[in-house]
Amino acid sequence: MKHILTLLSHEIRMLLVSPATYVAATLFLAFMGLIFTKILEIYSSAPQELSPAAVYFQLFWLPACVMVPLLTMKCLAEERRLGTIETLLTTPVTTTEVVLAKFGAAYFLYVALWLSTSGFFVILRTFSGEAWFLDAGPLLGGFLFIAVSGLLFVALGVFASSVTSNQSVAGIFSCVLLATLILGGNAVSDSAWLAEGALRPAKAAIEYAHVFSHRDDFARGVIDTRHVLFYFSGTVLALIFSILSVEAKLLHA
Amino acid sequence: MSELAPAIEVSRLVKSYGGVVAVSDISFTVQRGEIVGFLGPNGAGKSTTMRILTGYLPATSGSVTICGIPVATHPNEIKRQIGYMPENNPLPEDMRVSEYLYFRGRLKEIPRRKLGPRIDEVLEVCDLKRVRHKIIGQLSKGYRQRVGIAEAILAEPPVIIMDEPTIGLDPHQILIVRDLISSLRGRMTVIISSHILPEIEMTCDRVLIINQGRVVAQGTPAELRQEIFGHSTYELELAGDLAALSPVLFSVEPTLQITEQAGPHADGFQRITLTTAREDELGDTLLPALLSAGYRVRGLTRAHPTLEDVFLAATRRSWDAVVPADRLAHLDSKPDPSGTVAR
Repeated sequence: MKHILTLLSHEIRMLLVSPATYVAATLFLAFMGLIFTKILEIYSSAPQELSPAAVYFQLFWLPACVMVPLLTMKCLAEERRLGTIETLLTTPVTTTEVVLAKFGAAYFLYVALWLSTSGFFVILRTFSGEAWFLDAGPLLGGFLFIAVSGLLFVALGVFASSVTSNQSVAGIFSCVLLATLILGGNAVSDSAWLAEGALRPAKAAIEYAHVFSHRDDFARGVIDTRHVLFYFSGTVLALIFSILSVEAKLLHA
Repeated sequence: MSELAPAIEVSRLVKSYGGVVAVSDISFTVQRGEIVGFLGPNGAGKSTTMRILTGYLPATSGSVTICGIPVATHPNEIKRQIGYMPENNPLPEDMRVSEYLYFRGRLKEIPRRKLGPRIDEVLEVCDLKRVRHKIIGQLSKGYRQRVGIAEAILAEPPVIIMDEPTIGLDPHQILIVRDLISSLRGRMTVIISSHILPEIEMTCDRVLIINQGRVVAQGTPAELRQEIFGHSTYELELAGDLAALSPVLFSVEPTLQITEQAGPHADGFQRITLTTAREDELGDTLLPALLSAGYRVRGLTRAHPTLEDVFLAATRRSWDAVVPADRLAHLDSKPDPSGTVAR
């Protein structure tokens, strides 16, 4: 594990010098800014129960499904396509270090982008002069949810990138994986047919993995260790599969 | 880890990909400080063997040791012993040359304070000083190739493995690369694969020719000539009575024979090709013998088969040996005893 810092700093550096990162970041901030403005318009027309922060994080799934594939699709697929994975793995580094460094760099960027949107709230607080708009509870809960769930989302993106050498395929695959996880659980959790008989354990599992309910808990300030464990174990599993996938491609090259 | 262990020892190496045998029972040894050329037609198994040597691909069976360390069980130690330049020399497009070398140096565990001077040194050796701040993606092929070589020798490993280092270079750059590889002689063990045969002949101490996953010939270029052709050839241009020539030749060397003759020309001279099993130079005894027998001689040269001839003959020989065996197996008849592979 002694090369992880070298690899991680290299990966972050490569992300920061790549124009694609800035295009993605600009689109992300523009889109989030638009959502924020819409929220403010609603708040200015009628009084609302929830703080703007709580509403803001409700739409987390859209950037998660788009940004995560954009940030991760390149990481392992590109190395394999160019063949640089061969030069990388013939130095004294392990596959685990390579995958963890790729994951770390993409996660760092994902969280950094989300954190930069906290500027919206600071601007709102400054111009409105009302402390209520900068309600620390939902804001912190929301960011914590983003940070914890981001682990799993980014790990899934890295996994998608590890199974193919084609960036577009990796991007689409991770988009599908994330949409299934985030929106799929939401879509079937209300289905009545799941509540009957033999399917009851399946319903319990789907409820356990229901990302939207996790978000609501976090935003209310409830930090359930079961949720945290869900994301952590999922992350570890996705990363193990990514490492195995990179190694399996060598074994069966 | 013993100091006396050969740099590379490959024994009965087999690699198959999903039923297709890419490398079939290869064995060879490379001593320390040797420069070895790896020759073979496309798809012969050169790159696969090199990848197995680096520990990047696992072998199906057989054993490989680098400096006495087995590759299969100690992949991480092996990676500290080798510098590897893969086929097509993959490089990250969006890094600067010096940045890339710094990053690779850190991965290869060169101490930070030694890394700066070492990078300057390899940039100097590989003639890359002018482009050190350029982005790799904007460099010409020759420079990229040299960046790959600089990276391979960066950590001064005992063994350097280069897969086609001179491919796509112009003659001037080939000369630089050749000098560069020659300068490593004695200090590092180098194994290079190439299609450019004069290249291999000039730089390498020893040549391994592989075809269809098998070693079909190995040795110094001179040994290979002797082994593949088994004789030396002389070309003679002379005038005189040819019928009396054979006894003269016999008196010089009993195995000397006329294999070809052309002419006579209008001026009475004929071109004759002679072959002999003797490897040493016969010219200085042959010429006086011919002159004293009354022949007029205006040319005597010893023909040197090029490595190209050796390569073509060796690979053809292995094809000839393999094809009938395959065909027989296909027809499900009794295997031909002569159908065994050469060597």
